Amino acid sequence: MITKRIIPCLDVKNGRVVKGVNFEGLSDVSSPVELAKYYSACGADELVFYDITASAEGRRLFSDILTETAKEVFIPLTVGGGINTLDDFDRVLKCGADKVSVNSGAIKNPQLIEDAAKRYGSQCVVLSADVKRVDGVFRVFAKGGRENTGMEAIEWIRSGVQRGAGEIVLNSIDTDGVKGGFDLEMLARVCEVVDVPVIASGGAGCIDDFITLFQTLPQVDAGLAASIFHFGEVKIRDLKQAMAAHGIPARL
Amino acid sequence: MVAIIDYGVGNLFSLRCSLEKLGADVVVTGDRKIIANADRVILPGVGAFRDARQKLRDTGLDTLVCDLAAKGKPILGICLGMQLLFEKSYEFGEYDGLGLLKGSVRPLRGVIPADYKIPQIGWNALRFRKESDLFRYIKNGDYVYFVHSFYAADCDDSLIADCEYGADVTAVVQKGNVYGCQFHQEKSGDVGLAILRAFCFEEAAV
Repeated sequence: MITKRIIPCLDVKNGRVVKGVNFEGLSDVSSPVELAKYYSACGADELVFYDITASAEGRRLFSDILTETAKEVFIPLTVGGGINTLDDFDRVLKCGADKVSVNSGAIKNPQLIEDAAKRYGSQCVVLSADVKRVDGVFRVFAKGGRENTGMEAIEWIRSGVQRGAGEIVLNSIDTDGVKGGFDLEMLARVCEVVDVPVIASGGAGCIDDFITLFQTLPQVDAGLAASIFHFGEVKIRDLKQAMAAHGIPARL
Repeated sequence: MVAIIDYGVGNLFSLRCSLEKLGADVVVTGDRKIIANADRVILPGVGAFRDARQKLRDTGLDTLVCDLAAKGKPILGICLGMQLLFEKSYEFGEYDGLGLLKGSVRPLRGVIPADYKIPQIGWNALRFRKESDLFRYIKNGDYVYFVHSFYAADCDDSLIADCEYGADVTAVVQKGNVYGCQFHQEKSGDVGLAILRAFCFEEAAV
């Protein structure tokens, strides 16, 4: 039976993990490579590296980090942030990424999804969408959630899958950072219109939020979070055990 | 020495790294002589069956792989590389494979219930069907990482493990010295590495 995936997300700036972490047995808390190894050993099913660097130097560092990680960590690795062209896809895939996540780059140029899916296969192309309710309508936001594109989100995601996206990361801006649970209403709407895996993001504050997510919406394939893992508020091993105890398929 | 066949299909970086991590002497190459001299050969692959088959044919590596298999050299196909070992594929048409294993590659669609997503992406448990030296360091029920829309059918002859995905889906095959895994060992954590270790080393050497 296929398991529900738990995915920690690491924001990387100038080659370092942005959010401070403090784990026992971890010598360098802001080293992406060390943290990736740690999460893999803890039972993370997959990792997301998000490059929030703007400079060329930072981008070069990010590529080095990726390469180092791929030499040490043998679980799927998704890379996002600053992916605007096929060359960007090429750069991170050569460094060991398995999947590439597009967000603002696809909003600027939706054809990017199609071109990338044709060249690398749909399984390689993840469409990540930052979505927020505006006057009761789900709207897509660009530039890290700062800019309302005015696009209706459900249709945007549906069309992205039609163009070839093989997976969806749905990040609810409304629940992100609130730690009150995933945005089940928004996720349910997306699951209705796509038949590719959907990864829930934004809002997880505790183990129960993941249990509620997978019990309420069995169509959701994975839960993604950052700070609750980084700060040790939720331990991946505990989370997996709780999932199994609730009858949710988990890789222990 | 383990040769990973490079025929222009897919990214071999992680696979090479995983073998290096195990301490294997590994080379990524399309050179016939080097492949022929290797102790073990890995046939990787992602993407479309037709393109991969064509590239193998264009490089003449298809006949080399078949010759080496006939001579008893251990050969491991991974993902699309496994699918290429079979007689036929019905992926967007009908194409001949290498024919080293009996059976054909067919779409998951129509075989599994409609509420199962395609591709199968994620970690699924192996169910051993026969004993194999590939399983030396892993146990029944261990999880491995799958990404695929097509699967090997009618392969009772070589099936040694499957997984449950709305149907019994072929996961590992073996016929003598010819092995294949549908999932990605190089992305399946410690379990994946343990399978690669079993392929790459004699028991005594570990």
